[in-house]
Amino acid sequence: MIRFENLYKKYNRIEALRGVSLEVPQGELFAYLGPNGSGKTTTIKILTGLAVPTAGNAWLNGFHTGKDSLQAKRQCGVVPQNVNLDSELTVCENLNLHGRLFQMERKERARRIGEVLEYVELADRVDSPVKVLSGGLKRRVMIARALMHSPRILFLDEPTVGLDPAIRRRIWSLVKNIQKSGATIFLTTHYIEEAEFLADRVAFLDDGKIVALDSPQNLMNSMGVWALDRIVEGSMETLYFGDRDEANNHIAEFKADFSLRRVNLEDVFISRTGRKVLP
Amino acid sequence: MNGMLAIYLREMLILRKRFLRQLASMSVSPLLYLVAFGFGMGRGLTVGSRSYLEFLIPGLVAMNSMIQAFAIGSEINIARFYWHIFEEFQAAPITNISYVAGEVVAGVTRALFSVVLIIAIAALSGVTLSYNLYFWIAVLLNSFVFASLAVGLAMLVKSHSDQALLSNFFITPMAFLGGTFFPIAQMPPWAQRILFFLPLTHASKAIRAAAFGERPQLLSFLVLATLGVALFIFAFLSVRRSME
Repeated sequence: MIRFENLYKKYNRIEALRGVSLEVPQGELFAYLGPNGSGKTTTIKILTGLAVPTAGNAWLNGFHTGKDSLQAKRQCGVVPQNVNLDSELTVCENLNLHGRLFQMERKERARRIGEVLEYVELADRVDSPVKVLSGGLKRRVMIARALMHSPRILFLDEPTVGLDPAIRRRIWSLVKNIQKSGATIFLTTHYIEEAEFLADRVAFLDDGKIVALDSPQNLMNSMGVWALDRIVEGSMETLYFGDRDEANNHIAEFKADFSLRRVNLEDVFISRTGRKVLP
Repeated sequence: MNGMLAIYLREMLILRKRFLRQLASMSVSPLLYLVAFGFGMGRGLTVGSRSYLEFLIPGLVAMNSMIQAFAIGSEINIARFYWHIFEEFQAAPITNISYVAGEVVAGVTRALFSVVLIIAIAALSGVTLSYNLYFWIAVLLNSFVFASLAVGLAMLVKSHSDQALLSNFFITPMAFLGGTFFPIAQMPPWAQRILFFLPLTHASKAIRAAAFGERPQLLSFLVLATLGVALFIFAFLSVRRSME
């Protein structure tokens, strides 16, 4: 379980987080959405011990991230936004180093390296130098590494950023499978469809504050079912409707171009903040 | 202890992968100094009762162990800013002191490699010195001082260029003024008083005395040990400060 209360973080004069509180129960796949600079990565950094909050508290499976930091760190695996593998080492050496850092015995390390690489379908790459791997393969190695010590919580910070659609979908299936094994997953992304597809619940973060929190379906239902986009005096306007007939009645009145589509999470975000999720 | 070992073994694995390149790079500057100052400029010169070459080699041992121990800072810098591996260490359940100890011991190990290399070059040049226990204690303390300084500074810098700047400010002046190439006693008294505070002055003094078969002054060991402990604490505090 992940819990944080009134997290506040200030970098010089910039307020990155402004009193954020949240509870993610065991086994949930939680998506933390927001534009660049909204405070997503700062939250993960605080939860994983890479940053100290200016105020507030956080717990991972009951361990305080400040007072019981070593215990808290044992609870979680982290896949950061930047590729942070040791490029001079092989896949196996990277995983082995991670195992050592988590005080795993030699036999246990060898067993888990085989298991996690099998899991991310990279068993044949065990001795490949990391520097020769593609971006997608490196992401999978990072996921394998985060799973090495069998964490009960997994933090994924923009795990599919910069990857092509086919590889993104492969990583989505992997993430779903990890959740099925009972892990709690905390995912940050600015890909709306990623959150829609994967998440049990979603929080929208804007300017360091949570502006919406619910299941993707409930959030979308709160807007309507159909969205009608049209250009009015040079700017986009979107109207929301509960059913298609209601939307069609409006379409009949338009002379300009329009498009009718289903409501998505981006509509929710824009309606709550007046801004787009994408940077 | 496990955390320290993990950090240390990672540095050693990297060193092993680059061993030949590293060995070549470690030997370039001492070889150049040896050829230019030892065989070229210093041929026929004596310092006290010793040939200049005999005087120079312990100085090169002190200087090169300093440079190689300090070079661990560049490795940390690359791990922090280029590979972002430092985040992996920070997210692992290891204490800051384990991290610092692992990096410092790795720096000391690099320094020891470079010293063995200089001893080999000296032997090939026909120079025989005494590599006794005092010699190795002095080398270890010198490496400990500069590896600790490097780890501390590497945590505080914000970019690669800052790291290079620190080398220019700390290491280059020390290499030339810390008794590597000439006896400090030849300097004016006011300069000697300033140079007394440089750790390399004490390291080259102790290493040279030991290499000549004499007993080094206890003061040099005390200065190096005290500085080493102080800089290790500085490194530990810097790791804490490096957290966002």
